[in-house]
Amino acid sequence: MKTTSLAVALAASVALPAMATDLEVTHWWTSGGEAAAVAELAKAFDASGDHWIDGAIAGSGGTARPIMISRITGGDPMGATQFNHGQQAQELVEAGLMQDLTAVAEAGNWRETINPIALLDACTIDGRIYCAPVNIHSPEWLWLNNSVYENLGIPVPQNWDEFVASADQVRAAGIVPLALGNQPWQSSLAFGAIQIAVAGIDAWRAVNVDKDMEVAAGPIFAEVFQAAADARELAVGSNVQDWNQATNMVITGTAAAQIMGDWAQGEFAVAEKVAGVDYTCLPGLGLNAYLSTGGDAFYFPVNSDPEITAAQERLAAILVAPETQVAFNLKKGSLPIRGDVDLSAANDCMRKGLAVLEAGNLVPGGDMVWTPDTQTQTGDLMVEFWMSDMTPEDAQARWVEILSND
Amino acid sequence: MARSSPRPWLFKNISAKIAALPMIFTTLVVFVGGTAWTVIYSFTDSKLLPRLNFVGLEQYERLWRTSRWVVSIENLMLYGVFALIFTISIGFLLAVLLDQKIRFEDTFRTIMLYPFALSFIVTGLVWQWILNPDFGLQSIVQSLGWESFEFNPLYDQDIVMYGLLIAGLWQGTGFVMCLMLAGLRGIDEDIWKATAIDGIPRWKTYLVVVIPMMRPVFITTLVIVAAGIIKLYDLVIAQTSGGPGNASQVPAMYVYDYMFTAQNLGQGLAASTMMLLTVMIVLIPWAYLEFGGKKHG
Repeated sequence: MKTTSLAVALAASVALPAMATDLEVTHWWTSGGEAAAVAELAKAFDASGDHWIDGAIAGSGGTARPIMISRITGGDPMGATQFNHGQQAQELVEAGLMQDLTAVAEAGNWRETINPIALLDACTIDGRIYCAPVNIHSPEWLWLNNSVYENLGIPVPQNWDEFVASADQVRAAGIVPLALGNQPWQSSLAFGAIQIAVAGIDAWRAVNVDKDMEVAAGPIFAEVFQAAADARELAVGSNVQDWNQATNMVITGTAAAQIMGDWAQGEFAVAEKVAGVDYTCLPGLGLNAYLSTGGDAFYFPVNSDPEITAAQERLAAILVAPETQVAFNLKKGSLPIRGDVDLSAANDCMRKGLAVLEAGNLVPGGDMVWTPDTQTQTGDLMVEFWMSDMTPEDAQARWVEILSND
Repeated sequence: MARSSPRPWLFKNISAKIAALPMIFTTLVVFVGGTAWTVIYSFTDSKLLPRLNFVGLEQYERLWRTSRWVVSIENLMLYGVFALIFTISIGFLLAVLLDQKIRFEDTFRTIMLYPFALSFIVTGLVWQWILNPDFGLQSIVQSLGWESFEFNPLYDQDIVMYGLLIAGLWQGTGFVMCLMLAGLRGIDEDIWKATAIDGIPRWKTYLVVVIPMMRPVFITTLVIVAAGIIKLYDLVIAQTSGGPGNASQVPAMYVYDYMFTAQNLGQGLAASTMMLLTVMIVLIPWAYLEFGGKKHG
């Protein structure tokens, strides 16, 4: 049955589609660069004859996900929805609320083409595939404004340690060394990036994958918390809320640097800055060039209307197709989910990212190794740590307590 | 004969009872049923979806160990005490002033009540802009020449709750004023004549005669204002989103975040059960005062 309907669907999408189906797609991509990227997906879907109804939810994932989940559990499912793949939607899948995409994946040969394969594994539950990955997010980047350092007559830092060492000079010039938005997820992200950069891969794996609490409470992670305390010091004076406002501080030179994911690149691109010339990007903060293979994926809630189900399968195939991947990721600044796409147009930062991918220096993202509950608690802790004068030792002790209850 | 007597308690005013059925049904299913469901599931380890796996008081123990929840409760108490005192006292004062048979009373009443017509979201956004140090009050006063003027509550962890309080009072006092005014208008004109004959000054009449007579109005106001304080949520979301840091967190935000973002239903329900308890502490004495007294009187 499924294969037949799929064959019909595929045939329909290749030949003239007999009927166009409206599909509402919800996501939280609303900044300038993100909106341009999502428009590429919509364009590809519309070109196939169906119609993409954009359901953008402003705010961030933290705002949008509750709305999406309550719509799905409340019996008003959208056609497709963005999630960060991993455990966020796992219970929804287990409750049978998500469409099984295994047939589409087999027809499109996803298992052979998607690289790194961990992305597809995060979509797979009990051997069935429930989501279509669209990009690779790597949050562990340090973005620096080159002109700030040129004006001060010091070389642009090439790693976190050099950055911290030069921070006094930056501060003396009346520039905030580190821009950091006040929203909780941004301090969590900064902490995550510092964690892998300072602790290194072995200690990171011991804590986040093997859940070894002795390492988490040990001296290596004491250094991590000390580095976070340094960052807290350097971020004094950045009173913005959204991440793109913080990125804008770096772009305009009121701040020297920001720890932010690769999506910051979209903002630099909108401001017509050139990677490597106007700004520098350092994956893994220049210390340990590891990137986490988190990312965005689209899930397709189960629907009683067979026409919508067919359209969902058509959309899933389009999202993973190489052409869509190139168009989307060039605008988004993130990395494509397959190795076989043409990225000759890629800039300096994307090449650095691709080199990390090529070397296989990848770690699973926070969404894949910790439950949302643990992540929310860590986020609360980080906000508190960042906005108060909590000592690194206290923060570490409480962090270990939260993790051991996961 | 027992058989010939119709049961009067059931069939008396039968049409009125049938008309009340939908409301009774709603109350039982939605309010009582929903509350019971909430309380029961707060004792389970439900994550994203509810499941009946009881873990005793574990959710509550974790709740009270969490510093964010403790901060929320402290904030709520601070906000609650000040909001109660100021909305009721300012509201009463405004009502008394309006009650002096002034001209254009309708105009003044409209102006005072207008903020109440705005939702908390709009109120919060308006005051977020007014209190923004770069665009609002502070920059205006500074640009008038008072360079050292500093009033920046929303970005200061120590006083952020007062920034919320200003917005809350602006929104809420007009409504309290209207309730109070209605109460004042309910005072018999003869009372005033009698106190005038006895030579009691007007302010003293308000204090010792009118206020005690307005007890029901005060109690109702108290309950309405208190219930509004406990469920404080949208104002904070619009004005500060709980920041800076966790300095302006309130319990309702904790409930929402843990129920949906953290996908930990059990924890969220435990927190909302604690909120229910707080409401009960306010409501039960009121119900006792309002309905319990009548049996004797």
